[in-house]
Amino acid sequence: MSNKKTKTVKWGEEPKLGMLDALYLPAIVSGLATAVRHAVSGKPTTRQYPEVEPEIPPNYRGVHRLNRDEQGRVKCVACYMCQTACPANCIEIIAAPAPKDDPHWKDRDKYPATFTIDELRCIYCGMCEEACPVDAIELTSVYDLTGLTRKEMVFDKEKLLSVFDETVKTGKDPVRTNRGTLGPASEEAPTGRQGPPPPGRGKHG
Amino acid sequence: MLKTLINELVEKWPELWPILAAIAVILAVVPFLGLYMTFIERKLAAYVQDRVGPNRVGPFGLLQAVADGLKIFLKEQIIPDHVYTVLYFLAPTLSLMTAMFALVVMPFGPVPTNYTGGFRFIVAPGIDIGILMMIAISSLSAYGIIVGGWASNNKYSMYGAIRSCAQFISYEIPLGLSIIGVIAVAGSLNIEHIVDAQSKSIWDWNIFWQPLALLIFFTSALAETNRLPFDLPECEQELVGGFHTEYSGIKFVLFFLAEYTHIVTVSFLTALLFFGGWSCPGIPSPSTPEGASLTYMLLGLLVLVLKVSCVVALIMLLRWALPRFRFDQLMGLAWKGLIPLALVNLIGVAIVLSLDLPKHLLVVTAVLPVIAAYYSATQFNASMAKLNSERSVLSKSRAMSYE
Ligand code: SF4
Ligand code: SF4
Repeated sequence: MSNKKTKTVKWGEEPKLGMLDALYLPAIVSGLATAVRHAVSGKPTTRQYPEVEPEIPPNYRGVHRLNRDEQGRVKCVACYMCQTACPANCIEIIAAPAPKDDPHWKDRDKYPATFTIDELRCIYCGMCEEACPVDAIELTSVYDLTGLTRKEMVFDKEKLLSVFDETVKTGKDPVRTNRGTLGPASEEAPTGRQGPPPPGRGKHG
Repeated sequence: MLKTLINELVEKWPELWPILAAIAVILAVVPFLGLYMTFIERKLAAYVQDRVGPNRVGPFGLLQAVADGLKIFLKEQIIPDHVYTVLYFLAPTLSLMTAMFALVVMPFGPVPTNYTGGFRFIVAPGIDIGILMMIAISSLSAYGIIVGGWASNNKYSMYGAIRSCAQFISYEIPLGLSIIGVIAVAGSLNIEHIVDAQSKSIWDWNIFWQPLALLIFFTSALAETNRLPFDLPECEQELVGGFHTEYSGIKFVLFFLAEYTHIVTVSFLTALLFFGGWSCPGIPSPSTPEGASLTYMLLGLLVLVLKVSCVVALIMLLRWALPRFRFDQLMGLAWKGLIPLALVNLIGVAIVLSLDLPKHLLVVTAVLPVIAAYYSATQFNASMAKLNSERSVLSKSRAMSYE
């Protein structure tokens, strides 16, 4: 045979057992020493949760919020992008034409008459946020969402806006590290701006 | 009829009340201790693992044990369809009963060897087969586990029970052999006498001339209590919960209490047999007139409790220091390690006693494990070398066949 194989099976060798290993006692003593060292170190890594809150990273995907623009109106333009993108089917929007005769709404065509998110059905994937062309919907770092009934976990527009008010007040604005360029409808992104996103969102209109 | 009984009782009352009081103490203390041992164990485990442990109920979480106890009393009684009902109910009771029964002959405080009247820290003072009875009774607790495993009618419980049975039988032998030396020198099976024999000076404590026996006794005792590193009957990774898989609520607690009672028993035995029990330099023995005073009695009690808590703490720390044995290693340790060592130790004691040599010569038995370790290491390395050479021959022949 021309193709002579020189490489064969290589067996691993067990390390030799020393007398001290066979005596067990040194290993036991060192194990005990480790246990005692940790026991007396007095530096627990436990966080006393309700009293000490964890530091949630700003790009955490928690409860949603609906952003407001500068005039305090809901920023959402009721384009249904988020509802279409949502894999869990938990967003429900009913759009309505913006009241043209109201001076407050005269520069807008459409707005969400109702906007509900079933927070129990949501899988917090962030697709809605990615889909939104005007950055109107965002996932905040609010993580301790609880409720006594299923009904109260279905957030309507007012509730979502109030989440926005609260998070802005406490300075817990979400930051997405990988947001990329915003759509043309968003007033935050000057057209054609490329490159890395700003570290924080700064203003929220 | 009733009258004679009452008369009898009144007549016997001076002898009767100390016994009843001691029984009451044991019955009251054991469940309490069991509850608080779980708490201490959880706390200790937490500290070793850099955690905080239970700290919500009461100051420092001290009421956690009470809360746990209450919760478990209120738990639903689940009886699986497939169990043998009578045995299923019998097993936990049997387990706890034997564990508590072993405490009858155990002094839990200083006991004078002349057994003067009044309250004594023992239920049955002056039992001449004390230690023998204790070991006999506590090994009966294997029945609780085996019956529980069998009655559960579940293969994991059964495996746990069988393992426990094998473990009990194996470790009973070194356990018994290791204390024969102690018994032989004290000349009595009576635990109070064994402690009294150690009370003259600190150098009379049995650890100073029977270090090997202590090692063997402690190891076997750990195995008897099914504690880590010997908790194979209930290792959760292999056997779900072991013999108590099917048990819940109060029946589970009985098993649990039995286990902790065993730990207490073993710790007491270690302190009594090897660390001089309630004797401590500066405290006169309770058998002497001045040592029988209340102050010295209470001091003795304190000393004993301190020693026992040290042993308990060691047992609990060992849990986090050592991994679990493999079953063949477990058996190998008992049959190939501890039993021969205990026998050699026994021969040493016999020689020393029959030639009237000073008993402290027996300290040299501490070298025996080193020799044994050397021997077993050489054996292991030799067998490994043989295996390796066989393998290299094998791989050479493989290389040939590739060509
Ligand atoms: S986070 Fe995901 S699941 Fe939740 S609403 Fe948005 S798109 Fe739907
Ligand atoms: S994608 Fe944005 S703008 Fe469109 S409906 Fe959803 S929240 Fe409103």
